[in-house]
Amino acid sequence: MPVLDKQGAQIWRRRTQGETLFRWFGWLIGAAVFVVCWQRISESTTWFFVWDAPRIANDIWTRATPPRWEYITQLGRPIWDTLNIATLGTLIALCLAVPVAFLAARNTTPSAWLVRPIALLIIVSTRSINSLIWALLLIAIIGPGVFAGVIAIAIRSIGFCAKLLYEAIEEIDQTQVEAITATGASRWQVMAYGIVPQILPAFAGVAVFRWDINIRESTVLGLVGAGGIGLQLSSSLNVLAWPQVSLILLVILVAVVISEWVSAKVRGAII
Amino acid sequence: MGLSHCRARGFLMLRLQKLTKTYKTGDQALKAIDLEVPKGQVLALIGPSGAGKSTMIRCINRLVEPTSGAVMLDETDLTKLGAGALRRARREMGMIFQEYALVERLTVMENVLSGRLGYVGFWRSFLRRYPQSDVDEAFRLLDRVGLLHMADKRADELSGGQRQRVGICRALIQNPKLLLVDEPTASLDPKTSRQIMRLITELCRERGLAAIINIHDVALAQMFVPRIVGLRFGEIVFDGVPNALTPEKLTEIYGEEDWEATIEKVDDEEDVEAAE
Repeated sequence: MPVLDKQGAQIWRRRTQGETLFRWFGWLIGAAVFVVCWQRISESTTWFFVWDAPRIANDIWTRATPPRWEYITQLGRPIWDTLNIATLGTLIALCLAVPVAFLAARNTTPSAWLVRPIALLIIVSTRSINSLIWALLLIAIIGPGVFAGVIAIAIRSIGFCAKLLYEAIEEIDQTQVEAITATGASRWQVMAYGIVPQILPAFAGVAVFRWDINIRESTVLGLVGAGGIGLQLSSSLNVLAWPQVSLILLVILVAVVISEWVSAKVRGAII
Repeated sequence: MGLSHCRARGFLMLRLQKLTKTYKTGDQALKAIDLEVPKGQVLALIGPSGAGKSTMIRCINRLVEPTSGAVMLDETDLTKLGAGALRRARREMGMIFQEYALVERLTVMENVLSGRLGYVGFWRSFLRRYPQSDVDEAFRLLDRVGLLHMADKRADELSGGQRQRVGICRALIQNPKLLLVDEPTASLDPKTSRQIMRLITELCRERGLAAIINIHDVALAQMFVPRIVGLRFGEIVFDGVPNALTPEKLTEIYGEEDWEATIEKVDDEEDVEAAE
């Protein structure tokens, strides 16, 4: 904060002259970079396609409407597969996430130096890779189909569930744990009586929340061949069967709305 | 019971020898505490916040690990016990907490029965298949504290006084030799506080239980408890009967303050005794 003394009056400026100059220079470089980038993008853009886009969109819209309603008979099975992928995947993820969460929480981990970092690594690594990528990997390993989708969803969800659970474990009321410990209860009894009742609402909340997310994620797994309604979507897109595509999108929308409604109801009932 | 009580007389229930607790921060919470509690004696531990009252109680059942010294319960040194033996020793010490420390989302009955966890295997406790004798005893205790009709309620539906009664049942169903009571009335209104203190001291008398009661309220301690120990900065600065607690002694424990109002009642009692 420089203060200049000019004819007896103390003049205050936010920055010194050097700082002001430096900032102007910075803005200048920024603007130059923007202009250059704009030019490069513009050169490699086929502007015809951009100006044409509204017309094409309109064209697809007219082709896609009305949806081919009779195609619905072939969508029952795929959407059922999709729901199963989401549900089974979530269940498997929860089974695996619970022990990971207990190993990761500061107040329950057996070893803060050895076990906790491993648990955190599991959480981070499973969370950071998208389920589509997991599905691609798993299809290479166990072949295409619903099973690969289930496992992809399961692995992807472990980190999410374990992270939220271990945060809930770290926030429990420690005096309840103390009280159970003071009765002479064993380690497992302390867990079952002192900790589990306290995190049960969080657990239920996480379970339905993740299930809800997984229904949306599993709709696209078919695009890479991991089962579910995405398979129909990709084949319909490939043959440009727009009325079918629009019907599939409608079915997915309905499934997602229903799952949101169910999970909101369940969460409301628990919390 | 009367016979065992007679035989027990003269024997110590609990003896603390040079019990010291130094926290990692360097705070000396307890400085070589020596204290003897005979069987069946109820003792009140008073002192300002941070004097080490809570730490002392928790060092006895090792919820807090003492730094040095010995805790002799009967003839066993609790500080030397391994994990399994410590759990068995903890069954003999019931604990009652300031904020009740009930498992809020379990029922009153489950909370009371959780006092038997040290005696029951994991799966039996997990499936709530407690021995019938434990269930009978739980009902008896709930009846004794007047909460039989609440057995099926969830703990978080109860009022403060009711919760503390459940806490008392949980401690007693352990069939302990010693009660460790940490500020049982700090979260309760004055009337409920008296009821709870009366209940605890009555139950101790009925069962010949020794108890250490941490308590803020000096008047309440004087009213119900025959022996008072004053703690300041981790050291015992007073040990005697309630009547011996003069303004000078209170100043020594808590620091300078006008104590006349606090102990007026005791003076009155002294007058009565003098008149007799």
